[in-house]
Amino acid sequence: MSQATSASSAPRLPGNLAITPRLSRWLRVRPNGTVEVTPGKVEIGQGILTVLAQIVADELDVGLERVHLLPANTSRSPNEAVTAGSLSVRDCGMALRHVCAEVRAIYLAVAAERLGVAAGTLQVCDGMIAGPGNLRTSYWELADDALLARDASADVTAKPIPARQLAGQSVARIDIADKVFGRPRFIQDRALEGMLHGRVLRPATPGAKLVALDTAVVEGRPGVLAVVRDGSFVGVVAETEQAAVDAVARLRGAAQWSEGFELPDQTQLADWLRSRPVETTTVDKREGATPGNVLRTMRRSYTRPFLAHASMAPSCAVARWGEPALEVWTHTQGIFNLRADLAVALSRSPESIVVEHMEGAGVFGQNGADDAAFDAVLLARAVPGRPVRLQWSREDEMSWAPLGAGMAIDIAAELDATGEIVGWRHEVWSNGHVSRPGRANTPTLLAASQLAQPFERMIATNPPVSSGGGAERNAIPLYDFPAWEIMSHRVLEMPIRTSSLRTLGAFGNVFALESFLDELCVERGEDPLAFRLRHLQDARAREVLQAAARRAGWSGRRTSEGTGYGLAFARYKNASAYCAVVAEVEAAADIGVRRLVAVVDVGEVINPDGVINQIEGGAIQSTSWTLKEAVRFDRKRILSDTWETYPILRFSEVPRVDVEILARPSEPAMGAGEAAQGPTAAAIANAVFDALGVRVRDLPITRERIIAATG
Amino acid sequence: MSDADPSATRIKVNGVDRTISADPATSLLAVLRGELGLTATHFGCGLRQCGACNVLIDGQAVAACDTPLWAATGKDIITVEGLGTPERSHPLQTAFIAEQAMQCGYCVSGILISAAALLARNDDPSEAEVRAALDGNLCRCGAHNRMVRAVLRAARQARAA
Repeated sequence: MSQATSASSAPRLPGNLAITPRLSRWLRVRPNGTVEVTPGKVEIGQGILTVLAQIVADELDVGLERVHLLPANTSRSPNEAVTAGSLSVRDCGMALRHVCAEVRAIYLAVAAERLGVAAGTLQVCDGMIAGPGNLRTSYWELADDALLARDASADVTAKPIPARQLAGQSVARIDIADKVFGRPRFIQDRALEGMLHGRVLRPATPGAKLVALDTAVVEGRPGVLAVVRDGSFVGVVAETEQAAVDAVARLRGAAQWSEGFELPDQTQLADWLRSRPVETTTVDKREGATPGNVLRTMRRSYTRPFLAHASMAPSCAVARWGEPALEVWTHTQGIFNLRADLAVALSRSPESIVVEHMEGAGVFGQNGADDAAFDAVLLARAVPGRPVRLQWSREDEMSWAPLGAGMAIDIAAELDATGEIVGWRHEVWSNGHVSRPGRANTPTLLAASQLAQPFERMIATNPPVSSGGGAERNAIPLYDFPAWEIMSHRVLEMPIRTSSLRTLGAFGNVFALESFLDELCVERGEDPLAFRLRHLQDARAREVLQAAARRAGWSGRRTSEGTGYGLAFARYKNASAYCAVVAEVEAAADIGVRRLVAVVDVGEVINPDGVINQIEGGAIQSTSWTLKEAVRFDRKRILSDTWETYPILRFSEVPRVDVEILARPSEPAMGAGEAAQGPTAAAIANAVFDALGVRVRDLPITRERIIAATG
Repeated sequence: MSDADPSATRIKVNGVDRTISADPATSLLAVLRGELGLTATHFGCGLRQCGACNVLIDGQAVAACDTPLWAATGKDIITVEGLGTPERSHPLQTAFIAEQAMQCGYCVSGILISAAALLARNDDPSEAEVRAALDGNLCRCGAHNRMVRAVLRAARQARAA
C-alpha cells in the first residue's frame, strides 16, 4: 500500500485520505436525512460495510440506519486500490473517521453562524443540532454539497475513545437481513432491462491455442445472437443463460486446440519448483553480534500444494458496451485496478469506462472476478447497448481462476552445544503470489493473452517486502534468533497461473516455521510454549500466546492416546494482527480437528463479532486447506474442476472454534481477515505429531501423507 | 403462453400455481431464476454437489440445478422467498440474523432450505443431526458453526412457540 511521505513534520492525513483528500469524494449529507458514503473498499463477505457505517455514525452522531453505503464506483469513489491484505479498517475506516470528524466540524460551524452562537455550545444527536435555549437545526436542513468540496485538513481530531458509542460494539451486519430473505444483493442476481446472457469456451488445456472452430454448429440455434471469436477467445451471446450454455457445449465439440503448456509432475512439486529458472532475493539478513559456536545444523523441508479459491459462486459480471461509456458491474476486489487493465486491453481511456462493484460470494484473493469482467466486456462489444451477463461454469471457476501458488520451504537452524539456535536460514521456492490487474503495462486478465492480438501473459510477481511480501510473507521470524538469512526464489515459469490467495505465502511459511520450532522443541524436550516465550520480546506477542495457552488449558502435550495438542503463533506480515492457536486433534482412521482455540490482538476493534467471525472463518478455512485441499493436475490439465475432485471441509468435519480478542482500544486497528490461517495449519500439524508421533511436512495432512511420513 | 397450452408445465411455487412455458427438460433452477425471477436460489455447481440451489420439493430439500422442470410437475416448491418475509419470518431466518450466521451469504439460501427440511421432520435435532443434515451444503467462508447454532436456536424457538 502506498504511503504518502512528507519531509516536514506536519501531521499526515490518515489512511487513504492522504491519497484522496477531497471530502466530497467520501461522503455527502443529504436533505432527506441520510448520509451517503462512497468508499472505495468493497464488501467481500467480511462485513466491512457495517464497520464503515459504525465509524461514520459514531463520528457524525447520527443513527446507523441513516448511513447509506453506495457501491464502490469508479466515477464517484476514492481510488482505494484493492480490498485485500486486511487493510480496510486501517486505510478506509480511519480515513472515514477523519472525514466525518471534519464534516461534523464544518456543519457545526455553519450551524453556529446560522444560529448566532458559538460552535462549542452546540450538540449533535442523530443529526439534530441543538444549541442553548430552543435553538435547533440539523445536518439535513443545512445539507449542502458545496460545503464538502474541499480537501481534508490534517489538524482535525476524531472523538476520544470514551465518546464513541458504536466503535467496539457488535452491531448487526447491515447486509444479513437481505440475504436471509433472499433479496437480490449479489452480482449473480443482477437483472437489467434487456439483459442478454454470455458464456465463454475456455481452451481445452492451459496454454492451448484455437486451431479450428466450426461455428456452423450454433448458427441459427434458437436464442443465439452472436458468436464472438478473437484469436483463441471464444464466446456466445444468447437470449437466455441456458441457450448460451447449450451453444458453448456445441462449440466445445467443434473446436480444435493445439497442445498447451507442460504442467509440472504433481508428485514431484518441490523438485519442480527448485529446478526452474528463478529470481532470487535476499529478503532479510541478520548478523549475529558474536558468531555462535555451531555444533550441528538441523534441516527440514516443507511443501504446500497449489490451492484453489474454489469460490462458492462461479465468477460473474455484467457489461454494457454503451456510448460514451462502457459500463461494467463486477465483484472485483479493485474497481480501479480492473478499469486500468480494461483500458489497456481495449485501448481506450480509463475515463470512458465505469466500473461498479456488486457483491459476489466470499472473496479470498484474486478469483475469476476480474477475468469474468473482461469476458463480459468482450461479449458485450458484439451487442452494443445491450447489457450482457456472464457467469462462469463451476469447472471454469475451479480450473481457470488463478490458483494459490505451490511452495517448497527449507528451514535450517544452527545449534550450539546446548541446542540453542545461533543461526537460522529460511528459503522459499514458489511462483509469484500476485498477478492482479492494474499494476503493470500489460493486462493480467485471462482472455488478454488469448486474443488475436495477444498481450504477453504476465508471470506472477511478489509484492515488496515493505508491504508484507508475497512468497516470503512471514518468512522472517518474529523470534529473537541471533542471526538469520531469509531467501526467496521466485519461479519464472508459470504453466499454472497463480495469484493472490488469502495470506499469500504466510500460510506456507508459518506452517513451516512453526512446525520446525515444534520439531526443535521435541528434540530439546522443551515445552513449545516456554520455548516461544523465551524467544519473544514483543509483549503483545507473548500475551496472545499466554492467553491461548490459558484458554485452551495448555498443559504441555499429550493427555490420552489418539488425542493430540499443538500450539502455533504468528504476527501476520510481521506488522499486523497477532494470533496464537491451540489445536486439539483426534487421530483415528482419519485426522479430525476437534477444537481450535484462537487468541488475537488486532488493535482497536470496531465490531467484535465481525472480528470473531473473521478469525473463526479463517481458522475453519485453514483447517480445510490443511487437511483436505490440493489442486490435482496431470501434465496437461487441471483435474480439480468440481467439488468432488476438489473436496473442502464439510459441516460434520468442522471443529469447534473458540476465539478470544485481547482488548487494545487505543492501538491502531490492524485487520483480522488473515491472522488465523498460518497458525491454525501449524497448530494442527503439531497436534498430529503429538497424537501420532508422526511429522507431516507436506500439506495437506491426509491419511496417505501420514502413512508416507511414517514409512 | 395460455393456461390451456398442453405443452406448458404446471408447478406450485411458494403457494402460487404457475404455468411454465419453458422446455420441460430445462432445470428447475433456470426456471426459478429466469422465467419466475426468483433469484434467492443460487447456482453453485450444476452437479448437485454444493447445495447452494436447494429448494423444498414436497418438503424435501432437493438441488434445483439438476432437477428438470418435468420432474417438478404438480409438486409444491418452496424457495427462500417463500420461507418467510421480514414481517412473517421463518424461525430459521430470525435465528440466522440473531446469530449473524454467515460471512458472504451466497450459500445461505440453500442452507436455510436444508435446515427447514430437517426441522420439519425433527423439531429437536441434536448438534450432530444438524451437521449431518447440512453435510451436503458447502460453505467456503467458514461460517459453519454459526449456522449450526442458528439452526439449534430456531428449533428451540419453534418448539417454544
